[in-house]
Amino acid sequence: MVSAALSGYRRKHRRFSIGRVFTVTALLLAMAFFLMPVYIMLVNGLKDKSVVSLSTMWNLPADLSGGGFSEAWNRLKPNLGNSLRMVVPATIISSFIGSINGYLFSKWRFRGSDLLFTLVLFGMFIPYQSILIPLIRFLNEVGLYDTTYGLVIVHVIYGIPITSLIFRNYFASVPNELLEAARVDGDSLIGIYFRIMLPLALPGFVVVGIFQFTNIWNDFLFAATVVSDARVQPVTVALNNLQGTQSVDWNVVMAGALVAALPTLIVYVLLGRYFIRGLLAGSMKG
Amino acid sequence: MANAVPAVDKQGGRHPLRRPRRSFDKLLSPIMLTPSLIAILIFVYGFIGLTVWVSLSNWKSPRMNLSLADPILGTYEKLFKDRRFQSDLRNTLVFTVLFLILAVGVGLTLAVLLDRHVFGSALFRNVFLFPYALSFITTGVAWRWIFNPETGANLLFQQTGLNDLLAKFGVSPLKPGWLTDPRVVWQVNDALGKIFPFTDGITAKLGIPLAIIPVTIAAAWQLAGFAMAMYLAGLATISNEVREAAALDGASTFQLYRHIIIPLLTPITVSILIILGHVSLKIFDLVYAMSGKGPGFATDVPGIYVFDKTFSATQYNLGAAASVVMLLLVSLVIVPYLVRTLKEL
Repeated sequence: MVSAALSGYRRKHRRFSIGRVFTVTALLLAMAFFLMPVYIMLVNGLKDKSVVSLSTMWNLPADLSGGGFSEAWNRLKPNLGNSLRMVVPATIISSFIGSINGYLFSKWRFRGSDLLFTLVLFGMFIPYQSILIPLIRFLNEVGLYDTTYGLVIVHVIYGIPITSLIFRNYFASVPNELLEAARVDGDSLIGIYFRIMLPLALPGFVVVGIFQFTNIWNDFLFAATVVSDARVQPVTVALNNLQGTQSVDWNVVMAGALVAALPTLIVYVLLGRYFIRGLLAGSMKG
Repeated sequence: MANAVPAVDKQGGRHPLRRPRRSFDKLLSPIMLTPSLIAILIFVYGFIGLTVWVSLSNWKSPRMNLSLADPILGTYEKLFKDRRFQSDLRNTLVFTVLFLILAVGVGLTLAVLLDRHVFGSALFRNVFLFPYALSFITTGVAWRWIFNPETGANLLFQQTGLNDLLAKFGVSPLKPGWLTDPRVVWQVNDALGKIFPFTDGITAKLGIPLAIIPVTIAAAWQLAGFAMAMYLAGLATISNEVREAAALDGASTFQLYRHIIIPLLTPITVSILIILGHVSLKIFDLVYAMSGKGPGFATDVPGIYVFDKTFSATQYNLGAAASVVMLLLVSLVIVPYLVRTLKEL
C-alpha cells in the first residue's frame, strides 16, 4: 500500500519536475521556429497590397480582406490544374507498377533477382541532372516534349525504384505460408497477386500513393526542363516564376507559396500517419 | 489446416500436372519484371552512358555535335579550372557538413524530447515533420524573405528589442547580411598551397561562404523532421526493460541517453546520414528558389551549374561533365550503402 502510494506520488511529482518544464519549453520554442515560415506566408498573404510592406512583415494583418490569395489563386489556377493532371495518373500508374515489381521481387525471387533489385534501386538516388540531356532529346524525338504526358511518363519511370522498394518491403511482411497455401489451392502467380496480395496491399497503396503524390507534386527539375510552354507548366515552376515577376506584389507571392503547397499539406494533415510510414519504408529495409 | 499444408504440398510436388505450372510461374516472374528492368536499363544506365559521352564530346552549342573532344577529358579539365565550379564544390562540402550536423542534431534532440511523452506529443511531431511535405520551392520562397538583410530575421532582432539589449552591453547590433553576404571566412588557400603545391590551380576562395549558412538553416528546417521520424521509429524499438535496467543501476536520464540509447541508435544515424547526405549533394531547387548563384557564387551548387550551363548557356558538354561529377559524388555515398543492402537481402 505504502509503496504503491509512494510510487503514485512519485509519478505525480515527476510530472511537474524541472525536466518536464524544460522539455515542454524546448518543444514550444522549436514549434515556434518550425511554424515561423508558415506564419510569414500566411499573415503577409492575407494583407492587402496597399498595406503589405517589408517593414511590417511580422505584424498581423489589420483587416481580413483575403489579401493576395485571390490573385495568387487566379494566377496559379491553370498550373494547379496542370500539376493535378500530371500527378494523379503518374501516382496511380507508378503505384500499380511498383506493387507488381515489389510482389515479384519479394515473393517470386529467382537467381539474380536481388542483384537486379539493387540495380533498380540505384535509379532512385541518382541526381536527375545526369540523365536530363538524353531524356529531353528522347522526349523530343517521340513528340512528348512540352506535354503533360511526357511528365507523367518521366515520373512513372523514375518512380519505379522507390515504389518497388516500398512494396517489396510491404509484401515481405506477408507470411509465405499464405502464398504456399494459395499455390496448393491451385492459384498461379497472377492469381495470387489479384486474390491475395492486392486486397492485402491496400494500406501499401495508400502509403505509396501519398509518397508519390508528394514527390511528384513537389518536383521542380523535371517540371522546369521537360516542359517550357507556360500553358503546361506545373505549379512549382509557376510559383518560382511568380517570385521573379516584377509586377507581382509580394503578398501575392507569399499567398502563392501557400496555395502551391496546399494539396500536399491537405494530404499530410488527413493522412499523416501513412505519410510517416512511407517515409520510413522508403528509407529503411523492412 | 496448418498441419495439412506441408503434406499436401509434398504430394503436390510429385503431382504430374502441377510441375509444369510451377516452373511456368517461376519463369513468369522475370518475364513480368522485364518491362520495368528495360525501362531502368535505358532511362537510368543508358542515359547516364549517353551523358558521359556528351561530357566527352565537342557539343557546346545548340547544334548537336557528338564527336569526341581532343583531349578526351578536355571538358573536365575546363570544368575543374572554372572558378565557379570550384566554388560549387566548396559550397557543396560546407553545405553538406553544416546541414548534416544541424538536421541530425535537431532531429535527435526533438526525438529525445518527444520520447518523454509530454502532453500533445502527436501535435508536436506533426508540426516538426510537416515541412517535409512542402516543395523546396515553397520553402525557398518563404525563407528568402526571412533571410533578406533588410527585413525578416534582422527586423525581428530589432523589433523584439534584442538589439537594444545588446547595445546596453556595448555589443554592436545583430545585423548579418545573410544571403547577400559575399564573405568567405576561414580561408585555407595559403595553408593548402604550402602543403600541396599542386593546388595553385584553385582560384576559388576555400573557406566557409557566409551566405550558405541561411540556406543550410532552411534545408535543416525542412528535413530535420525526417531525422526525427527515423529516430522516433528507432526509439520505439528500444524496450522498456533497457530503460528500467539503466534506471535501477542508478543512471540519470542524461546518462541513459548518452551511454545506452544513442549508441543503440547508431544504425539509424548511419541511414539518416546516407539519405540526407545524398540529398544535400544533389540539392538544387531550394537554392535555386532561395538565392540562386548568390554573391560571388557564394551559394552556387553543382545542380545550379548544370542547369545554367545546359539550358541557359547550351554548353552541353560542360553541363554534362558537371552532372557526371555530381553522380560520382552521390555514388561515393550510395554505392557502399547499396552493396551492404544487397548482402543483407
